[in-house]
Amino acid sequence: MFSSLLSLTIFLPLAGIVLLLFMKNDHLRAARMTGLVVSLATFAVSLALWTGFDVENPAFQFVEKVAWIPSLNVSYHVGIDGMALVLIVLTTFLTPVALIGTWKSIRHRLRDYTMMVLALEVGMVGVFAALDTFLFYVFWEAMLIPMVFIIGLWGGQDRVYAAVKFFLYTLLGSLLMLVAILALGFYASQQPGGQFTTDLTVLLNVGPRLSAGVQMWLFLAFALSFAIKVPLFPLHTWLPDAHVQAPTAGSILLAGVLLKMGTYGFIRFCLPLFPNASLEAMPYVAVLAVIGIVYGALVAMVQTDIKKLVAYSSVSHLGFVMLGIFSMTEEGMQGAIIQMVNHGLSTGALFMLVGFVYDRTHSRMIADYGGLAKVMPVYAVAMMFMTLSSIGLPGLNGFVGEFLILLGAFRSVALGSVAYTVVAATGVILSAVYMLWMYQRVFLGPVREGGKYHGEFVFDLDKREIGSLIPLVVFVVWIGVFPGTFLRISAPAAKKVVTMIDQVRRGDLPRVASAGTSQVPVGR
Amino acid sequence: MIPYAPLIVLFPLVGFLLIALAGWKYRSERLIGIVGSGVVGLSFALAVGVLLEMAALPSDARSWSVDLFPWIDTFTGTAGSFGISVGYQFDQLSILMTLIVTGVGFLIHVYSIGYMHGDEGYWRFFAYLNLFIFMMLNLVLANNFLLMFLGWEGVGLCSYLLIGFWYQKTFTGDAGKKAFIVNRIGDFGFLLGMLLIFKTFGTLEFSAVMSGASVMTAGTSVAFWIGMLLFIGATGKSAQIPLFVWLPDAMAGPTPVSALIHAATMVTAGVYMVARCAPLYALSPDALLVVAVIGGVTAVFAATIGLVQNDIKKVLAYSTVSQLGYMFLAMGVAAFSAGIFHVMTHAFFKALLFLGSGAVIHGMHEEQDIQKMGGLKKYMPVTWATFLIGAIAIAGIPPFAGFFSKDEILWYAFSSDLGSPALWLLGALGALMTAFYMFRLVYLTFYGKERFDHHHVHPHEAPKTMTIPLMVLAFLSIVGGFLGVPPALGGGHIIEHWLAPVFAPAQRTLMLSAHASHTAEYILMAVSVLIAVGGIYLARRWYLEHLDVPDSMAAKFAGLYRLLWNKYYVDEAYDAAVVKPIQRLSDAFLWKVFDMKIIDGAVNGSGWLAQTAAQWLRKVQNGVAQSYAVIFVGGILVVVSALLFF
Repeated sequence: MFSSLLSLTIFLPLAGIVLLLFMKNDHLRAARMTGLVVSLATFAVSLALWTGFDVENPAFQFVEKVAWIPSLNVSYHVGIDGMALVLIVLTTFLTPVALIGTWKSIRHRLRDYTMMVLALEVGMVGVFAALDTFLFYVFWEAMLIPMVFIIGLWGGQDRVYAAVKFFLYTLLGSLLMLVAILALGFYASQQPGGQFTTDLTVLLNVGPRLSAGVQMWLFLAFALSFAIKVPLFPLHTWLPDAHVQAPTAGSILLAGVLLKMGTYGFIRFCLPLFPNASLEAMPYVAVLAVIGIVYGALVAMVQTDIKKLVAYSSVSHLGFVMLGIFSMTEEGMQGAIIQMVNHGLSTGALFMLVGFVYDRTHSRMIADYGGLAKVMPVYAVAMMFMTLSSIGLPGLNGFVGEFLILLGAFRSVALGSVAYTVVAATGVILSAVYMLWMYQRVFLGPVREGGKYHGEFVFDLDKREIGSLIPLVVFVVWIGVFPGTFLRISAPAAKKVVTMIDQVRRGDLPRVASAGTSQVPVGR
Repeated sequence: MIPYAPLIVLFPLVGFLLIALAGWKYRSERLIGIVGSGVVGLSFALAVGVLLEMAALPSDARSWSVDLFPWIDTFTGTAGSFGISVGYQFDQLSILMTLIVTGVGFLIHVYSIGYMHGDEGYWRFFAYLNLFIFMMLNLVLANNFLLMFLGWEGVGLCSYLLIGFWYQKTFTGDAGKKAFIVNRIGDFGFLLGMLLIFKTFGTLEFSAVMSGASVMTAGTSVAFWIGMLLFIGATGKSAQIPLFVWLPDAMAGPTPVSALIHAATMVTAGVYMVARCAPLYALSPDALLVVAVIGGVTAVFAATIGLVQNDIKKVLAYSTVSQLGYMFLAMGVAAFSAGIFHVMTHAFFKALLFLGSGAVIHGMHEEQDIQKMGGLKKYMPVTWATFLIGAIAIAGIPPFAGFFSKDEILWYAFSSDLGSPALWLLGALGALMTAFYMFRLVYLTFYGKERFDHHHVHPHEAPKTMTIPLMVLAFLSIVGGFLGVPPALGGGHIIEHWLAPVFAPAQRTLMLSAHASHTAEYILMAVSVLIAVGGIYLARRWYLEHLDVPDSMAAKFAGLYRLLWNKYYVDEAYDAAVVKPIQRLSDAFLWKVFDMKIIDGAVNGSGWLAQTAAQWLRKVQNGVAQSYAVIFVGGILVVVSALLFF
């Protein structure tokens, strides 16, 4: 059934781009509606993936494989497991939400802007669906281009610096990844009866059998690229600049989805392809993750720009995700996956909220505000809600991920020390400090006189803005109360990689499947 | 098992959702008041029903637990991986706490109808209050640590929202934030405690953990650390040293909030948690000793600050910190049911005192300084009479409620194998000061000269919705103690009997010896009554008869007075030692130097390097044929000389 459903999800936004080609930049409404309808349609198709997905089946599903560069065994090979599915639906969900949330924020070259957002969506979904390392690389790089344009053309004052910084940082990492992809294909051809390939399902049987030294440099090449994207401390300095300069929708998708491509990469490629190297690197990565948690929070605390504060908080949150992954436990892995979604929802929402007030006052400086709750009560409630989600209040989404991650790190035999968890858990205190302090300065106290706004000119959220928040609120509560809906989907994928790493750690090599011919069931 | 029992939790949630989603639109105070109070009243009625049915069951069938739906779980199906449900446990302890929460909660909801009348945020207030009751019920009824933690942080959130209820004032925001963050520091301990419990026992369900604990060897360091980490959580929520600093500031919230959250219910959560984990604490006498010492020291420490404060609510706040210290003292000497008994009586008389202070503040046009009151007895007779009853109860004059519970704690602090004369002395000192500062408050507020400005202030009695709850609580403050009359006075001690099965496993592990003689108990009882009377007498002499004494004392011991007046400078010390250094480090070093100069310096530096190198390298390809020729010849020379000489 629907064997091309996954490809449809990936490429449907292209249809929107084609339609937009026939429009003019000053047809604002037409461009907006096209973007919205197409992204909603993509979301609908991805929901069909969700309903058609077989939770019991740990293999890749909705697999499609078409030869692409036969001489190099490169193919258009896509397929998803539960983790990829969850992230794809997050992507297709956030894209229309971001478009509605920033409906009127962009007027300049709106058609081109909408095209870029849709192109970005293609790249993002493709990254999560690719089962061929070369194809993955193509989507990875393809997604970079629209993002650079979004920052560089529709961004703030220092947009060009931020865009170039973002571009160079990312490119530096990904070029090394390309080398590693080619090297890995080459090593595959060295195997008895093997040939050059970029097929992930084949490589999964090759990588773990490589010597420790080879694994390590390949791991590092992949890991650098992913770590920049996450961003893992100390590779994070592109992030605050990119976020502050990016337009709101760019920030939402950057925080909501792009960062997860890094953490996703670790789980999809680094761990299963290079298990020995991953285990060896584990303490170092975990230390950087924990530093990131505390460092990101401390630096977020002293920011004067709300958007930058949220950006640094991402460094802290993604540190949690990395710690969860590198705890190599089921709790940590599941926590990391759900935390990727959580961060997408709550940080995406926070960026959108910052955008709402920026649209009105053109200031993001905390010092320009005070007593805003009196002027914009609904906005104040929304911001409080998302703040609570972000700081991991039990009953909302953030807690589920944080708790599972901390538990995973705490009981991890592989990590072997509870010190990681103890330090990471201080992030729970610090997140409350920086978010509530910001909230207090912006929303509480007497209405600020002579600030950037005057009560009568600043209106509370309108119906469209509230409407774009409601779906986010629904999922924040849903995941907080019934996380099983999502954790069940990703469970087999998490279990698979953890089991495999565990086997390697104990010295049992993973099961050796017949290389090159492993066929995976398609769909259901 | 009683199937409808979980509904107790549901009603306040429904109330919250109704008021939060519709209240802002239909701002009918009447409707909101009825719904808000009604749902809590319904929960209380249900809880009474459950209690009656439970009492009819044989004592070994009075505890059961229901799982409603799976909550946080890895869902991988691997044996030993984490999984916990939303589920509730009903037993003698949790139903007692439920009755306190919903009963006192209901009265305070009714009181709030009058107190909050005319406030712009009336609907918001009741929504928060209902949410609080819901979270508090999750805290006390949860059948596992994680759901308890949900309630634990949930009540913290409500506390934050309600402290900052009047958000346009500057200090309410500060106080709310401080409460949340200090509580989060405690929660950090709670969280790690949970992780250690899961690692040790493989589950977070109370029944499984406690039965695991009952077969563990006592005295291990794991048991000590579990006890300590959980206790860190308790010091945050229940305002003990060193995390008590948020509670006095929390008085910035509306007075019903102070009564409900910051006196009667939420702050006792830490005590409840220790009681709930009694079998765990029984494994570590060292941990119990820490609990007892912190409790005893806090009881005295907070009372000394209460001696000199002039804000009526501040005095009551420090008194609460001090009384909570007594409860922990009880826990620490393994007098678990005595501690819970004091939770109950304290809920009655402290809620009464706070609501009374609210009636005073209300009647005095928002004045809180007792130095600007005096002689209010004739203006607000009901408030006066009920406040006096509360003061007598907390001072420990028999047969009022506080006497029985406090005396029992003092007795165990002295006689228990885990107790000592030193712990008793702490408790006794605290009791003396309690009687003194409470009656200082009574005399300065209700007796003596009227020190307020008659032109601007016209004291008046509170409306009925406020005075009726006062009278009910006053009644409970008088008779509540009869539930715990000790055998030495010919009583049956109903509370202790009721709770005995809950604490039996812990007592079995501890194997404490039987109590000393009744004679010793009578002597100590007489001493504590004398102490209470002495405190009251002293207050009467200084604040009613010889008004010049306090001032001359303050002048004579100026240094000590300043120290107490400034609350031992604890806030200032925390600020200078923790808050400021972290802020400065983050701002001046981590962000502005490390992030912007070092890391970004390297990034921009490599960009600069690449550009500069390119500036040089591009000169190579400048299109001038002559320079190409020069390089060409130079290259040949290098190659040739290399071939010749090497």
